[in-house]
Amino acid sequence: MLLDTSYRVEIPGGIELEAQVVGPVPRFLAFAIDFMIRGVMLLVAGIASIPFGELGTGFWLIFWFFIEWFYPVLFEVFWRGQTPGKKVLGISVVQDDLTPISFGASLVRNLLRTVDFLPFFYLFGLITMVSNERFQRLGDLAAGTLVISIRETAKPAAVTDISPLAPPTTLSRTEQTALVDFLQRSQQLSRPRQEELASILDEITHSGSETRVEQLHRIGAWFLGVR
Amino acid sequence: MKQQSFEQQHQQTWEEIERLLDKPNSVENSSRCAEHYMHLCQHLALSKQRLYDAALIERLNKLVMRLYREIYRYRSESRFNLYTLFAREFPLSLYRHRYFVVVALLVFALPGLISGLWIFFDETAIYSVLDFTDVRQIEKMYDPAASKFGRERESETDIMMFGFYIQNNISVAFRCFAAGLLLGIGSLLVLLFNGLHIGSVAGHLTRLDYVDTFYPFVVTHGAFELTAIVFSGAAGLKLGYAILNPGPYSRLNALRLAGREAIPMLYGIVLMLVIAAFIEAFWSSSASLPISVKYTVGGICWFLVLLYCFSGKRFGPR
Repeated sequence: MLLDTSYRVEIPGGIELEAQVVGPVPRFLAFAIDFMIRGVMLLVAGIASIPFGELGTGFWLIFWFFIEWFYPVLFEVFWRGQTPGKKVLGISVVQDDLTPISFGASLVRNLLRTVDFLPFFYLFGLITMVSNERFQRLGDLAAGTLVISIRETAKPAAVTDISPLAPPTTLSRTEQTALVDFLQRSQQLSRPRQEELASILDEITHSGSETRVEQLHRIGAWFLGVR
Repeated sequence: MKQQSFEQQHQQTWEEIERLLDKPNSVENSSRCAEHYMHLCQHLALSKQRLYDAALIERLNKLVMRLYREIYRYRSESRFNLYTLFAREFPLSLYRHRYFVVVALLVFALPGLISGLWIFFDETAIYSVLDFTDVRQIEKMYDPAASKFGRERESETDIMMFGFYIQNNISVAFRCFAAGLLLGIGSLLVLLFNGLHIGSVAGHLTRLDYVDTFYPFVVTHGAFELTAIVFSGAAGLKLGYAILNPGPYSRLNALRLAGREAIPMLYGIVLMLVIAAFIEAFWSSSASLPISVKYTVGGICWFLVLLYCFSGKRFGPR
């Protein structure tokens, strides 16, 4: 089985949107952050309610109820699918057609959290999450929601002072794209790794160890359209 | 067209869309969303077809997704109407799920009735259901011989109890619903134990002849609370049943549909339990009201609640 977190949906507009679904670890971290925020909110409210005696306790209990059940719902619906914890982790809850989450769906997924938590510490949720390819827990399955990454990705390296070079032979479209990708990702790859990759093509480029990487970059620039 | 000239040609549009997405709520911007969306979809499709490199495709993909989520942010549901929800959708939902409601009612009421009768006739039976301290506490609470039967109190205490009822009762109802996901068994257990508990307490207090303190206290809010517990169980059973018998759908889709259809019931349950908490905290607890008034008001509440819950048939088919 291919491990792939890509999730594709055809949307109106005739194109396939692609999103990356998010696994248990970032989601757990987001939950931990939210858990602490909620704890602090309850603590602060609890201390503030002490001077008001039983009146304060009454309001504090109602506040507890809201924090327990509606903290995730309200944030997810009115803050673009993100609780504060999810915001920190750069993840977001969406419907499975990648539209924003609806109030009803958010309510269902968060009420069913109770069952995901069983028998202790989200065991059911974890088992469900790792047994489907979209990392959905039980609440997500019932609500038709999933958690995707919305973090901004690194910008590709700017292609400037590279003089383009025509390729020595005819290349297919995928090969052309591979060369452009190689150029644009050059800042994310270490120099030895780039040489290692480039050496695969030595028979075509006929270049020595000094110039093989540069040569591929120049061919990439040529396909990119640098003139 | 080479990628670089394509990028140069459209760079301005993309930057404009990025600016627009940073403050999407202005009228001028939202009216331009659809137009931009169409262009952007075309750009993404072209980039894919021409096999431009992954970074560009990813950038456009992210941009389309942000715009897409912006456009579909406003769904019909967000215009939801509290009046139609409670006047029509909730009763209709009860009517549609009447079989679940009947099953939940039976699982709740029958064990309660049986244990109540058993405890009424058998002095020691209560101790098989509740432990000694709980029994003493309940007896003390409703003892008519006590100077004020435990519930005459300050208004601040009323508010505290209101908070407690909200926190406790609605959480129980939510868990009762959620537990239905365990093939319905969870909801059945919650219903069963609540029914047993309430029936036992009622049976025991009746045997002690604490009738004039117990029943006037519970009659009014019981109209809302007991029915809401049954409904939350019914909503939970619906989830479990969807998994067991998905009909023409896949189990997953059946569960999803069931979850969606249960939503009006959840809203209704919350409303009923808020009303119940209000009555229990501020009305039921009052010791100064004569018993006849409490029974009358309680009777009226039961009548109205049942009338309301049976009104769903008018609003839709099935």
